[in-house]
Amino acid sequence: MSGPDVAAEAWLVWSVVVPFLAGSLAFLAGRRLRIAAALFGLAATPICTAAAVYTTHRLGPVRYRIGGWGAPLGIDWLADGLSMLLVGTTGLVLLLAGIHAVRSIRAPSGGEQKSGTDAQPTIAYFWPLYFFLWGSLNALFLSNDAFNLYVCLELLGFSSAALMAQAGREALTAAIRYLFVSLLGSLLYLLGVALLFGAHGTLDLQALRAVASSSDLAALALMTTGLLFKTALFPLHFWLPAAHANAPAPVSAALSGLVVKASFYLLVRLWAGPFAPLPTADAAAVLGTLGAAAIVWGSVQALRQRRLKMLIAYSTVAQLGYLFLLFPLGAPHGNLEAWTGGLYYAVSHALAKSALFLCAGCVVWAAGHDRLADLKGIARPLPVTMFAFALAGVTLLGIPPSGGFVGKWNLVSAAVRGGHWAYAVIIYGGGLLAAGYVFRVLAPSLLFQKSPAGLRKVPWPMEAAALTLAIAAVLLDFLADPIFAFLAIGRPFAAVTGGLP
Amino acid sequence: MPVLDTGQLYGVTGAILFSLGLYGTLRHRHLIRKILAVNVMGTGVFLVLVATRYGRGVPGAPDPVAQAMVLTGIVVAVSATAMAIAFTLRVHATTGSAHLPDADAEEPRP
Repeated sequence: MSGPDVAAEAWLVWSVVVPFLAGSLAFLAGRRLRIAAALFGLAATPICTAAAVYTTHRLGPVRYRIGGWGAPLGIDWLADGLSMLLVGTTGLVLLLAGIHAVRSIRAPSGGEQKSGTDAQPTIAYFWPLYFFLWGSLNALFLSNDAFNLYVCLELLGFSSAALMAQAGREALTAAIRYLFVSLLGSLLYLLGVALLFGAHGTLDLQALRAVASSSDLAALALMTTGLLFKTALFPLHFWLPAAHANAPAPVSAALSGLVVKASFYLLVRLWAGPFAPLPTADAAAVLGTLGAAAIVWGSVQALRQRRLKMLIAYSTVAQLGYLFLLFPLGAPHGNLEAWTGGLYYAVSHALAKSALFLCAGCVVWAAGHDRLADLKGIARPLPVTMFAFALAGVTLLGIPPSGGFVGKWNLVSAAVRGGHWAYAVIIYGGGLLAAGYVFRVLAPSLLFQKSPAGLRKVPWPMEAAALTLAIAAVLLDFLADPIFAFLAIGRPFAAVTGGLP
Repeated sequence: MPVLDTGQLYGVTGAILFSLGLYGTLRHRHLIRKILAVNVMGTGVFLVLVATRYGRGVPGAPDPVAQAMVLTGIVVAVSATAMAIAFTLRVHATTGSAHLPDADAEEPRP
């Protein structure tokens, strides 16, 4: 192994080890030292992540054999443009949501039974769980082994469920429902892995691509269905709104921004990797139709909600629909634009959605609730929060300049080129519906002169975190070319776009 | 000569267990029953995992790699069960019942 490769591998390892280390330290530390462990993790993890992303950018794709075993017996990691783009996004979102959480989440003090207030919920072991979530996300994006990916999925599901369960009774119910859906999805996925391993005797995704044939359609169906449960594609979204809306704001940001993207990423990885040679045009059409239905259904439901966080959660149901359009648009014609556009849209939605949930967290902090009817005129006392909300809303609408605009543009362009006019109409129609629910929040908050009384002052780091994410979502527009170039590192979509045999 | 060889017998049994567990997970509202059903599902997957590799890695014997995966899977299943039971205890403490409440009960809060 040459010198630069070792450096690249080291940063990959640190970007998974450091969050788990920080989580363990926070678990072991006493009440006073827990925040120190948290600050260590919040500082060190993004540094390792940034270094790993930078070395991938400089040196190209890296394949790391854990323990030097190598596939087929050992587990391999693969750091290409696709995985590192998501590792980088995770770093940015969880850093800022973490800064928000330093102020907005309270650690339980000795002997306290009450579960805090809505504005500042008490979460036992918040920081250990938060860093375990971070570590399992990074491990999932890096892993290239079908069974190891199952373990990562489970770790992610457990830490998510534990984080969302502690904010009151609705949250507990939603977390249980999520835990069962997550277990069901993982087991369907694992059954597919068992069939693949039984047929081919290997778990390495790249080795599987060389041997996969149409006899693996059962495995494809099982693994895809399992991951659809976890990604909450309509009509399997039933668990998502309650789970994401009732969690504390930084947790909602991580769940809606990143956790559902993780199972989506795995779907993309599988469809663009091992399952690329399979005849999947019909299945892709089904995913696209469900995605289109999700856009309409989620947006209409968002328009009907009475609580701000429920509105944002239903918007996630709708926005996830866009991501699934890449399967019909990208699969049959081998259209690279659809794949990169869909992934780019996933990143821009991760930034915008986490910004929206952090804004909602600031609103709940100030007002003590998130009932839309009682939030008229809220922009006057909370100008920074609502400005961030508007900026993030621009990305959901998909109007320039914003990351959402570029993503939608690529998807529409792929749709038009492939002759899928209906999808093009849905993509822009969904933007109009998004305008409806974003303005449903913004207009009353700006137009009413009288603001709600008795507001609490929001600490500036919470507002700054939300604003930074919203600005990042807008800036993504100007970084489109570098991001598309980064996504091409290691050519993750070569198997579906005709670059590989 | 038997109709099914050892691998096929375990594979079919695993598939039946998985289906039973899947039915139970979706059908029952009682949380303990749900937890049991998920475990039955998991056992089915583990059987399939070992059975499909029977005699393929080492002739006439189970594949040790598949067994290692099942061991890992059991660790995950134990953690999942522990967590689900902890949640169930919480639900029982707050609502006095171990049933999953109705979905519409958590719609808009007044």
